[in-house]
Amino acid sequence: MTEIVMDQTPPILQGPSDKERKYDRQLRLWAASGQAALESANILLVNSGAGTVGVETLKNLILPGIGRFVIHDNALVDEADLGVNFFLDDSCYGKPRAQCLASLLGELNPEVDGDWSPKTKQNDSLGSLLKQSPLFTAIMYTYPINHVELETLEQYSKEHKTPLIAIHSTGFYSYFTIRLPGTFPIVDTHPDETATTDLRLLSPWPELVEFANTMTKDIDSLDNFEHGHLPYVAILLHYLDKWKATHNGTYPSTYKEKTEFRQLVRDAARTDNPEGGEENFDEAAAAVLKTVAPFSLPSGLKEVFEYEHKDPIQERSTFWIIADAVKAFYTKHGSLPLPGNVPDMKAQSKVYVQLQNIYKAKARKDAAEVLQTARAIAGTGREVDPAEVDLFCKNAAFVKLINVEGGGDTAPLGSKERLQQVLRQEMANDQVAEMTLQPMSLFPIYLALRGLAHCGNASSDKTQIVEAVTSLLSDNLSSEEYGDLNEKLGNVAEDLARAEYGELHNISALTGGMVAQEMIKIITKQYIPIDNTCVFDGIRSRTQVFHV
Amino acid sequence: MSSPEVLPDSEAKRWKYLNNVRTRPGAFVDPEEFDGSTVVENMNKIKILVIGAGGLGCEILKNLALSGFKDISVIDMDTIDISNLNRQFLFRHADVGKFKAEVAAKFVERRVKGVKITPYNCKIQDFDEDFYQQFQIVVCGLDSIEARRWINATLVNMASCENPDSMKPLIDGGTEGFKGQARVILPTMGSCIECQLDMHAPRAAVPLCTLASIPRQPEHCIEWAHVIAWDKEKPFPQLDKDDPEHITWLYQKALERAKEFNISGVTYSLTQGVVKNIIPAIAATNSVIAAACCNEALKIASSCAPFLGTPGEGEPNYMMYSGNDSIYTYTFKHEQKEDCPVCGMTARVLKVNPKWTLEELIESFATLPEAQLKKPSVRAEGKTLYMQLPPNLEEQTRPNLEKTLEQLGLTEGTELAVTDPAFVGVVFNFSLKFA
Repeated sequence: MTEIVMDQTPPILQGPSDKERKYDRQLRLWAASGQAALESANILLVNSGAGTVGVETLKNLILPGIGRFVIHDNALVDEADLGVNFFLDDSCYGKPRAQCLASLLGELNPEVDGDWSPKTKQNDSLGSLLKQSPLFTAIMYTYPINHVELETLEQYSKEHKTPLIAIHSTGFYSYFTIRLPGTFPIVDTHPDETATTDLRLLSPWPELVEFANTMTKDIDSLDNFEHGHLPYVAILLHYLDKWKATHNGTYPSTYKEKTEFRQLVRDAARTDNPEGGEENFDEAAAAVLKTVAPFSLPSGLKEVFEYEHKDPIQERSTFWIIADAVKAFYTKHGSLPLPGNVPDMKAQSKVYVQLQNIYKAKARKDAAEVLQTARAIAGTGREVDPAEVDLFCKNAAFVKLINVEGGGDTAPLGSKERLQQVLRQEMANDQVAEMTLQPMSLFPIYLALRGLAHCGNASSDKTQIVEAVTSLLSDNLSSEEYGDLNEKLGNVAEDLARAEYGELHNISALTGGMVAQEMIKIITKQYIPIDNTCVFDGIRSRTQVFHV
Repeated sequence: MSSPEVLPDSEAKRWKYLNNVRTRPGAFVDPEEFDGSTVVENMNKIKILVIGAGGLGCEILKNLALSGFKDISVIDMDTIDISNLNRQFLFRHADVGKFKAEVAAKFVERRVKGVKITPYNCKIQDFDEDFYQQFQIVVCGLDSIEARRWINATLVNMASCENPDSMKPLIDGGTEGFKGQARVILPTMGSCIECQLDMHAPRAAVPLCTLASIPRQPEHCIEWAHVIAWDKEKPFPQLDKDDPEHITWLYQKALERAKEFNISGVTYSLTQGVVKNIIPAIAATNSVIAAACCNEALKIASSCAPFLGTPGEGEPNYMMYSGNDSIYTYTFKHEQKEDCPVCGMTARVLKVNPKWTLEELIESFATLPEAQLKKPSVRAEGKTLYMQLPPNLEEQTRPNLEKTLEQLGLTEGTELAVTDPAFVGVVFNFSLKFA
């Protein structure tokens, strides 16, 4: 037990560095590991049109300190830019927009490198930028983008496995789509702290059983102080044993049984003390429904275990090697490696620390087993980082896959058939929306923006946008299964048409905030990114995510 | 730098994108409310107030300036700290120590031509109703619930049905990490911030006996250093939570205590976080929430689209945003509460134990999610039970603190009038119910 205390790194008594102070409020979200990932990120923005939404995104990435950014933009600054873009001023008028933006954005954080393109007039300036630049971590582009440039980006993305983010903001509406190169696993998903409690009360290991037995063997003759400071883990284990003794050796499993068990725990509290009750027994009773539950494999991890690989194991990331090792652990023990954290509970300091150490020791033992298996799977010549294994074991129940392709009857992402599938589902939902108290689908907004991009013309009117959507889907929009889609689409198109492909600063700032959050999640591999398209309706102030 | 006159022609070109939307009817405008030909002229005249020039405030000032608002005021009493620079993008390293409101106002005025921004480097409580009367819309980007409640109570008190100009829409944003919310309050016509107080319940305090004798978490050791050790040893005359020397003292104390109890995890950063109650904050989330607020401001000022808070059945007034796990928004109507102490008509039912002493009752006001009053004074149907101020009255009423509610003659249905120095002029009415 003392070993754990000795483990602590010696305290550093001087205060934090200037950089730690500057980034304090974000380090509390993604820690030093996330910050290091951000600082090595190299981001390209291919800017076009009214040119604000991508810039607002970059602002939110430069401030927290990405390593480098490049803006590619063919436009010269005109008067209308000055009414919508905050990172341009009167002195920029007539100059290359990319240059002015890079300069005024660069002021936000001296630790970030910024560059711009094209610096000379040339054919395929984007292509040569991509050739000359250090590898990009992610590329964002905004609509309207021309076909040639889009193809260039898609080619690069495919070749270098670079995430590609499309952003479109017009009038009161926007959407963005993230195309990730293949399946994207996340370990450090940051679940709510309350969700992570895993006490194994129904499958205690010998050390935990011994602890609980020692604490509770004379439970009725303990003095009031000791009784009132039994940690609830010990209380529950004790009364679970009692329950089993009178229930043919089975644990409470139905809701009814659990509430009966909860009453049993409640009734065991002493009430003849000055407080008229015991806090630790209150805590124990409150924990029954959540902690007295048999293990079941969480859906995220199940997806990981059942994932069908297309590439051989040597080419997979260490994530998959550790996942295989965890799967082997699960197959052998019928449970996951123990995360090892113990929530705060009323107890004497010494007893609580002892309990913590029992959980930590078991967690360490489980992780060591996984590490050993993982090393065996990896074979010689490949390192498996123990810290990565520890993190996986700690978060195993919350591991998540994003951007999983395929699955029987779904059409490929990005295809016309996929659009039709999602549209049918959304319109079917709308028909019962009032009954289910659900808001109306925002899918018509997504379609109308796609249609507008298809027209590629600032003066597109309502009819043209709707026609473009029809050709995009190559389907009859008036068909019965689409309900009143035509009317919904018409309304959205009408509101879009008044904007004439212009951006509203607020909508672009809001969208830029959302995209930046997503970029941070992808770069740091923390929290859970959208999968894969998010639409914002600025008239109703709502978002909706689609998998298209 | 000389700023050349903006020609009307160039003005039209400059605001092309904005004007296309705000001066022309879309599919969802209310034709009775919307007149595109007067929008620009009307918005030029609007005086809009921004409260807070921090993470949200910087974004709000930028967004309003680029949404066609020409006369903006901003109040903030704070000065710039180095930890602001990761998101408060109107400030540079050289600005550390200067007033936020002043630096922010100057920056946006310089960047966006034709906008006037008046800074006030002071507290919102320094102004009275006459001051707030001059504005048509108030946008809040605050990190303090207390300040929100104060401005909310002030604006609700100012609202009168006879005078439509007294009705100031209050648009409020807040963030924490990847999450946040934006809401619109139409004083007296819908749910107000006080009605929604229970959505922002305070974190449960750690019992004093845990800190004093059975610490288990690093936070317990830090709170012990903060609450107990500091008072006992008084290493400096007054605790300044922004002074690294003071935080270091607390950190060392907490560390010693943690060692004594074999508790791991006390760090400088955690010490600072616990003592200052630091909420994680990033530019991206501020960007989302501030823009959601300013989008509503534009819609309210121009009627170019329906806005949150539009009076009527089922019309939403609140957007909750979460970006931790994918992106999720919940936009809904928070209903006005009849027993809201600020905008409601009836006293709020308060469940109490008749065996409680008055002191216990008073302490319970601090933690009660729908009250959150730290220094309450209490009257019951004309009789003063306890007054925090002035000192002579406090002394006179102090003996009551030890008496139980029963002993004080309080019964079911007794109405309590509670006041708190943080909310001058507001009376919180409660009706007792024995449990």
